[in-house]
Amino acid sequence: MAMPVRSGDTLIFSTPPVVRAWACAGGKKEAEGPLAVEFDLLFSDTSFGCGKWEKAESLLQQKCVARCLTKAGLDPDQVDLAFGGDLQAQCTASNYTMRWLGAPYAGLYGACSTMAEGLALAACFAAAGFARQALAFTSSHFCAAERQFRTPLDYGGKRTTTAQWTATAAGACILSPGGGQAGVPVTSVTFGRVQDYEVHDINNMGAAMMPAAVSTLCHHFADTATRPADYDAIFTGDLGRVGSGLLHDQMRREGLPLENHLDCGCLLYDVDTQQVQAGGSGAGCSAAVLCAHVLPRLMDGRWRRVLFLSTGALMSQTTYLQGESIPGIAHAVELAAPDTVPAKKEA
Amino acid sequence: MKLDPKRYAEMTRNATPHSPVLKDCLWAFFVGGAICLLGECLRQFWLQWYDTELAGTLTSISLIFLSAAATAAGWYQKLGAKAGAGTLVPITGFANSVVSPAVEFKAEGWVTGVGAKIFIIAGPVIAFGTLASWVWGILYWVSTKF
Repeated sequence: MAMPVRSGDTLIFSTPPVVRAWACAGGKKEAEGPLAVEFDLLFSDTSFGCGKWEKAESLLQQKCVARCLTKAGLDPDQVDLAFGGDLQAQCTASNYTMRWLGAPYAGLYGACSTMAEGLALAACFAAAGFARQALAFTSSHFCAAERQFRTPLDYGGKRTTTAQWTATAAGACILSPGGGQAGVPVTSVTFGRVQDYEVHDINNMGAAMMPAAVSTLCHHFADTATRPADYDAIFTGDLGRVGSGLLHDQMRREGLPLENHLDCGCLLYDVDTQQVQAGGSGAGCSAAVLCAHVLPRLMDGRWRRVLFLSTGALMSQTTYLQGESIPGIAHAVELAAPDTVPAKKEA
Repeated sequence: MKLDPKRYAEMTRNATPHSPVLKDCLWAFFVGGAICLLGECLRQFWLQWYDTELAGTLTSISLIFLSAAATAAGWYQKLGAKAGAGTLVPITGFANSVVSPAVEFKAEGWVTGVGAKIFIIAGPVIAFGTLASWVWGILYWVSTKF
């Protein structure tokens, strides 16, 4: 097997591994959003009748992972290695999912960047032949995140214009070594560097994470000798409207204007009518948009080449209260249409 | 990256959308006013049977009860998301800040959840309110000596 090439911070796969199955699950607000028809699973009762939001998030993950395995035609014991994480302290939603699944597991904490982080690691393991069936998954739950990071759900507070809405959503992908296997090829991955531009406002995550997105994008374009126009679309995880505006300004200054940028936080909800302030966020936001919206369009050839970034804010409630600024990180995964699929115009 | 934190703070300030101040103020004024009007109606109701002082106390208790019930039903949060200070400032806001953690942390048990977390929002108000009353009491006591 040909070895991947390392160029700067980017790993370029000479034999790209493939995302061969994926699934996403969402809650009530996601079911009212513009991507609802593209979801595999939607649940109107986001507590799953258990009365504990943390457990409910794990159940959401389990249903999503189970659907992904069904689509891949796999039994749980055929999963060689799982990469997963979530926003809960000690990543408990994922830990309990893996207690149920029983496969070998490497837990991740990348905050809202977890989907790209897990996807990138699973791609590396699949490309190297260390895993024939590598699972990458993540989730977030509005209620579990609110009570951990902000105020009780029934507290009557007003949200700021820069605040974002944590998605109740999960996404899961199965990656396998390439070379004949059907699926969406992962052609390169760029692991991000932590960036901190001294943003202290916990209600403005888009601004806190934007520099990390710029850093990873600049590294990726330099490492792969590409420009934004070489891609059909460039996705960021959850910068929201405020962070996306800042990203466009800064990329223009870097000499790499983004004409084809889409933000998962602005796609998952109708930002004008669903009262999500600046847009969606949470690890499940980019995971769901990836599995509902991006991968199907690559698989059938509507898009040929996409750069997918998930962005994460790496503070905790403790460091925030102690006055620390919010560090951000972004990981990028380059995805392509399968060679065998002819280009197709979007309907 | 062609960016420094100082310049970025300025960029972020410029990119932050303003709150709709007039709309927010109108919501706060009318909802806050309506809660106060409800309080006055309740006071008049209690005044039919009790004296001014007791009627005032019963009005506060009634508003706290109504706020607690509305919080438990999930209505107060929905109103507060629009009314802001209109629901925060009256006594009903204080009741909401105590009842909402009590509802929220029931999953962690009566003692370690409800008992430990019930004052998570109202606690600082109580602590610093009590401290301020001490300071004011001492100042008042000193002023009576002259």
